[in-house]
Amino acid sequence: MELLTPGIGLIAWQLLIFLTLFFVLRKFAWKGILSALKSREDEIESALKMAEETRAEMAKLKSDNEKLLAEARSERDAILKEAKEDANRIVEESKNKATEEANRILASARESINQERASMVDGLKKEVASLSIEIAEKVMKKELATKGAHSELVSELISEAKLN
Amino acid sequence: MLKRLLLFLSLSVFSVGYSFAQEHEAHEEGAAHESHATAEEHGDGHEEEGFNMGSMIMHHILDEHGWEFAHGVKLPLPVILYSKEYGLAIFSSARFDEGNGEYGPYVNHHEKIALKDDHHATVYDFSITKNVASLILSAVLLVLIFTAVAKGYKKNAGKAPKGIQSLLEPVITTIKDEVVKPSIGPKYEAYLPYMLTLFFFILINNLVGLTPGAANLTGNIAVTLTLALITFVIVHFKANKNYWGHIFKPPGVPLWLLPLFWIIEIIGVFMKPASLTIRLFANITGGHIILLSFIGLIFMFKNYAVGGGVWAIGTFMSLIEILVAFIQAYIFTLLSSMYIGSAIEEHHDH
Repeated sequence: MELLTPGIGLIAWQLLIFLTLFFVLRKFAWKGILSALKSREDEIESALKMAEETRAEMAKLKSDNEKLLAEARSERDAILKEAKEDANRIVEESKNKATEEANRILASARESINQERASMVDGLKKEVASLSIEIAEKVMKKELATKGAHSELVSELISEAKLN
Repeated sequence: MLKRLLLFLSLSVFSVGYSFAQEHEAHEEGAAHESHATAEEHGDGHEEEGFNMGSMIMHHILDEHGWEFAHGVKLPLPVILYSKEYGLAIFSSARFDEGNGEYGPYVNHHEKIALKDDHHATVYDFSITKNVASLILSAVLLVLIFTAVAKGYKKNAGKAPKGIQSLLEPVITTIKDEVVKPSIGPKYEAYLPYMLTLFFFILINNLVGLTPGAANLTGNIAVTLTLALITFVIVHFKANKNYWGHIFKPPGVPLWLLPLFWIIEIIGVFMKPASLTIRLFANITGGHIILLSFIGLIFMFKNYAVGGGVWAIGTFMSLIEILVAFIQAYIFTLLSSMYIGSAIEEHHDH
């Protein structure tokens, strides 16, 4: 059957033309096409790689920033805490001081009041004494003959009578 | 599955037709077959007995001297012959048409050239037949197309592909990344030019073969055999010791079984190119036979209903044939890559 028997002429031409076609295409077409495709692939790959690297760098920068921020925040917190403590301490101290001062003032006031009262009582005693003497004198003028005896008796009586 | 069924059907149609044709021709010898064979083209229905489906189909799928685009429109091509008796002879195929199939000492009987006085003498036929002309045409087309594509890459370097370059780039990258790279492995780049040439050569000839009046080049067993043999030669020139070791001393086989394995392995070695040859040839020729059989029905029945049916089925089959054109080019390339890949593979996992 002719259909199934390969003809020698066609085999020869096919071999010749196909091989020629192969060498011509390899030199003038595939070389350029494949190298262009390859360089484009490499380009895309390197671009992708660079993008990946940039992304990693960005992530690193971001984490650095966050770390810095966290540090700053904790520092701020520490400073604030210290300041608050200082303020508290100052307030406490001044409060103590004020209390002390007040106590002191109170004490001195109390002392001076006491002194005053003592001197006042003293004065009063004297006044009362002199007044009593005057009264007694006036009384005695009428009732007593000797002024000295009577005043001695009165001052004795007054000193016995404590006014407190 | 469907494809196989169709192929089987078409081959059975073809064989019935062919034997019928031979029987028929036994009755009327001579130049009469010419008019039967081409009855389809001018579609004349005068001779009811005249239409012979088998010879019409064979005429269309076989090679011929001169290129008959349609009935009566024939481009004469050079006939190149060599015989011991008459040496080299070159003349136009038109001489045969003028001489009723005879010219000088030569006779053209069913496109097979022999000597007039001695039918058994060997005549080597290196003619530029319809198939060879088509072969040259497709080679020129491929060179034009792919140098244009290559020029595109030079012109649009670093830019997006344009025109024919962007049309073919996905095909090229598919063959490169989906077929050759996974099948051959890390050394695939050296084989890419061959695989791409092979793919586009088969594809363009499959498609050209579907156009009316064109040659059935990839459906010719000489062409597919040559392509398969080139792959075969590459496989065995590039094969490493793993491949040969696997054939002559398969690991883990007892010594007394080795001769049996040699027979099996050697059959396997030759089975690969044989399957490549026959797969492409049978698929393309089968497709042509199916299409021609349906078209032939018109001339057999000369009936509008049949004509309408054939129109619908013929259109559908043509679309399937376009698909087959791509699939067969793809499969031939894929299998060639796999054969090369298995021959240069470094480690066998056994």
